[in-house]
Amino acid sequence: MTKFAKTLTIHSSPHIGSASSVDSIMFNVVLALLPVCAFGVYAFGLAALLVLMTALLSCVGTEHLLCRLGGRATTVSDWSVVITGLLYGLILPPSLPLWMVAAGGVIAVGFGKFLFGGLGYNAFNPALVGRAILQAAFPAAMTTWPESPTSQFSSLHSSTLAWPFTKPQYDGVSGATPLSNWKFDQASTDAADLFMGTVAGSTGETCALLILLGGVYLVARRVMSWRIPVAILTTVALCSGVLHLIDPNRYAGPFFMLFSGGLMLGADLWPTVPRVDGHDVTTRWFLHAGGHVRDDRQFNRRVWNSLAVGDLGRTLLATDCIHRSDRIDGSIG
Amino acid sequence: MFIKRVSPTLFRSLGIFLPLITTNCAILAVALFQTNKGYGFVQSIVFASGAGVGFTLALVLMAGLREKLELTQTPEIVKGTALTLILAGLLSICFMGFAGLFG
Repeated sequence: MTKFAKTLTIHSSPHIGSASSVDSIMFNVVLALLPVCAFGVYAFGLAALLVLMTALLSCVGTEHLLCRLGGRATTVSDWSVVITGLLYGLILPPSLPLWMVAAGGVIAVGFGKFLFGGLGYNAFNPALVGRAILQAAFPAAMTTWPESPTSQFSSLHSSTLAWPFTKPQYDGVSGATPLSNWKFDQASTDAADLFMGTVAGSTGETCALLILLGGVYLVARRVMSWRIPVAILTTVALCSGVLHLIDPNRYAGPFFMLFSGGLMLGADLWPTVPRVDGHDVTTRWFLHAGGHVRDDRQFNRRVWNSLAVGDLGRTLLATDCIHRSDRIDGSIG
Repeated sequence: MFIKRVSPTLFRSLGIFLPLITTNCAILAVALFQTNKGYGFVQSIVFASGAGVGFTLALVLMAGLREKLELTQTPEIVKGTALTLILAGLLSICFMGFAGLFG
């Protein structure tokens, strides 16, 4: 009898492949982040470079170690943990003691990612988890923003190399972010300053221009959908514009609101975590609506409160709501 | 869970009432808060409805997350209740981001 060659391969979904892989998507996001990192180092000096490197190393190291301990092959080679490390470093104040950065990095990847099952299974963005836990544990250190010293490339802040588990001493001048200036002193900051990043803040959130460019790059590479940042930013601009017209003394104008604080980073580079973007239409609508709600919250926050962690609290919550909305969509059809 | 471990007979006899008792504590807390702060009638109504809405929100969020977690491949060490507790902690940190709103 003739033998038939096996011509049918049977396997379960997915049946349609796409050209992009996890690696390439993540790598694109890393590329979008690099200019922001470079500017952060330029603006805040050697200390910021150390913070970023410590953040990156602690996140990557934790992931590698935990993979090894679990007996699996290391997943560092998909670039997701590099994104986590960089993002986590970018939202920290540049003068944060390095031991806090490292501790937060371990917690971020361990608690935020590994305990939930690894890439794609995490309920919250790991970088935000790290930042949030640091904020809860070390509120004073996390809200001290240094002015840019003249010798920023040759010296470190006195707090950067603080011994682990000791309280950091801040010898230099510590400035206030534009948002807290507005909240507490009603002092406005020039929009051009905010846009180009010559203000105090977290390492990565100051230069709105570069963040915008990064977002444009990601949209151009089809990694993220343009609706997400556009929805968030236009809602903030609208709400703040309306309120500013009503009472200019109490509510800052739309340009101030748009370019200060972590909004830009939050709009362009946070929600684009691809696992968020890959959900079906209803979920995406909800995310955009949630983005609107988030903006209202964010905007309220800017009016009445200056807690820097507000943005990330909202992003965590929005990610959380997505799980719910998936369920709703599943039950309908 | 603790009762289940320490005294299984007590756990069985209490049966369905254990989660109900816990919810009752939450309701009692609302009542005590209101009395402590000396709210008037309208304020109390608003406070209580707000507490209800908040509780519902917390339950919905938690349930959604736990549903998703059933399908994930979590490490053995945290499977089940451990991950739920960690999740509750992370959720509460999320809500910390709203502190100072309207204040």
